[in-house]
Amino acid sequence: MIIYLIFLFVLLALMVGAAIYSIMQKDLLYAVIGTGVISLVLSILFFILQAPDVALTEAAIGVALTTIIFIITIRNTVRYEDEHDRKENK
Amino acid sequence: MDQISFDISIVEYGFFASAILVILVGLYGALVKKSLIKIVIGLSILESGVNLLLITIGYIQGGTAPVFSPQLLKDMPLTLENIKALGNEMVDPVPQALVLTAIVIGFGVTAVALSLVIRLYRHHHTLVIDEIKNLKW
Repeated sequence: MIIYLIFLFVLLALMVGAAIYSIMQKDLLYAVIGTGVISLVLSILFFILQAPDVALTEAAIGVALTTIIFIITIRNTVRYEDEHDRKENK
Repeated sequence: MDQISFDISIVEYGFFASAILVILVGLYGALVKKSLIKIVIGLSILESGVNLLLITIGYIQGGTAPVFSPQLLKDMPLTLENIKALGNEMVDPVPQALVLTAIVIGFGVTAVALSLVIRLYRHHHTLVIDEIKNLKW
């Protein structure tokens, strides 16, 4: 039981940490990978909360499709958050 | 009305606290950041937090998944009292159906927002919102 509690709180801390990481990261590609980690942990949490259908949907849409469309957008635009400052410094 | 007792265990406190923390982090990213892609990332994080909060509200301690499987009904006759007794041990299925819809709608919203971001970048050649001042494209 105590092992289960530790596992659960490690998952919750991992989710909050990934959220803070992907907001603070300047490299947008790493930030998108952080949102993928959030969705992966969230699907495990949905399974623990007895919602297996929501867990399957979140694993398919949140991890795969959202990450793919964010990466397509970064490929078509810029990779770094402060692109304008970088151009002026060069 | 009977007196409503709040008996929330430490596990549910952990779920509520982390869901609200994720919502606050996403709100900070959507309000403070200057890059348009970072704003969309913040909205996506906020939506994840709201989904976790809704599922946690529907959870009851020690409940089973809301599925009437044949193994669950194997050794009892299919009467109305048995089905009601089984339904009281199950997690609330209504927030799960809502969240299932909200995940798909959130994906559509993210896709539309990112297509607008690409279109703005092709016109202005920047993603910093301080640089985009004129109202017409």
